[in-house]
Amino acid sequence: MHWNSASEFFAMGGYAFYVWGSFGVTALIMAVEPIIVARRRKNLLSRLKRQITAENLAQRSEES
Amino acid sequence: MLDLLFAVIARDLKLALRRQADLVSALFFFIIVVSLFPLGVGPEMDMLRKMAPGVLWVAALLATMLTLPRLFGDDYRDGTLEQLVLAPQPLPVTVLGKMAAHWLTSGLPLTLLAPVLGLQFDLSADGLLVLTLALLVGTPSLSAIGAIGAALTLGLRGGGVLVSLLVLPLYIPVLIFGAGAVDAAVSGLGFEAHLSLLGALLAGSLFFAPWATAAALKISLE
Amino acid sequence: MNNRLINWFKFASPATFYPLAGKMIPWFVALSVVFGAAGLYLGMFVAPTDFQQGEGYRIIFIHVPASWMSMFIYLVMAFWAALGLAFNTRLSGMMATALAPTGALMAFLSLWTGALWGKPMWGTWWVWDARLTSELILLFLYIGFIALQSAIDDPRRADKAGAVLALVGVVNIPIIYFSVKWWNTLHQGASVSLTKSPSMAATMLWAMLLVALCFWMYSIAVALGRARNIMLERERHTEWVRQLLAGKES
Repeated sequence: MHWNSASEFFAMGGYAFYVWGSFGVTALIMAVEPIIVARRRKNLLSRLKRQITAENLAQRSEES
Repeated sequence: MLDLLFAVIARDLKLALRRQADLVSALFFFIIVVSLFPLGVGPEMDMLRKMAPGVLWVAALLATMLTLPRLFGDDYRDGTLEQLVLAPQPLPVTVLGKMAAHWLTSGLPLTLLAPVLGLQFDLSADGLLVLTLALLVGTPSLSAIGAIGAALTLGLRGGGVLVSLLVLPLYIPVLIFGAGAVDAAVSGLGFEAHLSLLGALLAGSLFFAPWATAAALKISLE
Repeated sequence: MNNRLINWFKFASPATFYPLAGKMIPWFVALSVVFGAAGLYLGMFVAPTDFQQGEGYRIIFIHVPASWMSMFIYLVMAFWAALGLAFNTRLSGMMATALAPTGALMAFLSLWTGALWGKPMWGTWWVWDARLTSELILLFLYIGFIALQSAIDDPRRADKAGAVLALVGVVNIPIIYFSVKWWNTLHQGASVSLTKSPSMAATMLWAMLLVALCFWMYSIAVALGRARNIMLERERHTEWVRQLLAGKES
């Protein structure tokens, strides 16, 4: 192991701001992008289901 | 083939001359943008002389940008473009003719005007000569590359802004070599290499752009 | 021969590709996590301190992979675009559209981490170095592609127009790169050399490669997820989407 303590690890030899700024934004983007895609999928599925239910209802009322 | 080319050029020129206001306003845009720079950065001649190549070239890019929607826009609206695409004549040749007409009405006037504006920036005689030469070789590439963007954005909302997003990054090599040629001439270095690279860009874009534009037009009119 | 051809086109149809992609995504996510954990462990805990740059050099472990991916994704996008134009398959256009935002984000990350690396090392957030400038232009190309596709309502036209633009861009990228490089050597401004010491320790190289693999798998997973969304949206009136949704309801 290269580091002696956790605080030393987080200090990054004085470059903490730059190193954690890079890794933090990367982690943020790589977390947010899948969430956006997943949420879009959820919205899409519920919208399409509603559409199909509405169409089925319209069909049924026409038949009766 | 050549007959077709010249027929398209003659037709487009005639149409453009009927709408002189469009031509003149793009030229005035060029003049105004170039004249704004000294007001923004101050009147020190040393700095202006240094900035002149870049400023003139960027203004030329922007002025060309403004005229791009006109390249296919009018023909698209009145249905002529559809006829041209469906016609048995090869579309890339027609497109090449339209590019040439576009250059004659936008790039060429800019080139002729540029030395006068160069005087505002106290460019040396050498600098003015090379500026004119570089614009003469470089602006046809701008018309050719720009035509691809104009064809892709045909009939879209916000087409004008979109065209600049698509085309400006592709203009960067022309800008670099064009402004570089003037820079080299002003500082007394050889400018021939820049000019021949501009020529190479022109040859490449004249070869590829008509095909890409023809493909883009077919897609846009489907 | 003929059979195999048909097989390939079978996977090119959204109805078969949609469930396949759904099954593939968890695997790519898992691979990404494994590679990422291994790469970061090597990079953050095992790799020694750089004798010139101290600990600050550790940014390289995401900066370089992000730059690689941003270029690689553009190439893949252009490949799908060419395929779509040549064979007129629906799937190719969807894949190109799905890749573009991830590629743009990678280009952004490359610029962002580059700035955060440049500040402590060269004392400035940005230099007009050839590589940085080309990366910025690459980001512009991605943005142009996304803007063009989102301005077109008809998905078929959006696919094809985007494909033409991606191909024009891919032809231009080398020209842009060399012109920027030439421009840079002419101007010799900040005179900052980006070249790393050639004797990069093997651990560092491994860490970088592992993180690159992690980014690669991540990009595939996100792009497949986005492609699935696009398929649902575009094919919402077809039978297979209806069956799919009906199956989910019960």
